[in-house]
Amino acid sequence: MVANTCYKGKFLIDITMTTEDIRARLPYQDPFLFVDGIDAVSEEGITGHYTFKADAPFYKGHFKDNPITPGVLLTECMAQIGVVCLGMYLLKDTLQTGITPQIALTSHQMDFYIPVLPGETVTVISEKEVFRFHKLKCKVKLMNAKGELVCRGKISGMLSV
Amino acid sequence: MMTKDELIDKLKGIIAPYVQDEAAFKALTEDTDFVKDLKINSANLVDIILDIEDEFDIILENDDMEQMLTVKSAMAIVTGKLKD
Repeated sequence: MVANTCYKGKFLIDITMTTEDIRARLPYQDPFLFVDGIDAVSEEGITGHYTFKADAPFYKGHFKDNPITPGVLLTECMAQIGVVCLGMYLLKDTLQTGITPQIALTSHQMDFYIPVLPGETVTVISEKEVFRFHKLKCKVKLMNAKGELVCRGKISGMLSV
Repeated sequence: MMTKDELIDKLKGIIAPYVQDEAAFKALTEDTDFVKDLKINSANLVDIILDIEDEFDIILENDDMEQMLTVKSAMAIVTGKLKD
């Protein structure tokens, strides 16, 4: 649990939803869950991390004898942490226990800079641009363990309870 | 005060980037339905709402969003808001 302690009490009212609550509400599971933990969350944004397992089956095919994490999976990781987890948090007042909202990816634009190799841990940082009429649009970036920018872009999705 | 044609032209400019059915867009009338005719998806419908807010400097609510199904209803909502 990280909750909002890092925001020095500014969002004290929000401690009703912990990062574990967020993860528990996610509609994903292995092998398509790309969220290990949430490091910080507020009404304005979220930071989380994930480690790409070195023995994940897709490395066998992407690429032959040259395993590199597919860009679509980096994007998926960014969408799960940056849009879906943040969305769960933003909807916390309307969500009842055990209910998962309906979600859909609606658009993304992404630029990639450096590869992510098997076993690397990445951090996703997402800033809310707009959340209105069930549409959440975020500016999202993904960093590697050295703090280098791997990719960045914008991801939008629809979330409705 | 804008004429009806000017308003339709402005709305067309806003809608254009999000249209999937170009033929329906070319044949646009007041009765054209954003979802059924132009095949606009729900996320882009939100984009249109936000663009309308910017263009006309108005604020739209959930009720407005729910009613804004056709060109005609969009025109009525915008005109109503501009009067307020």
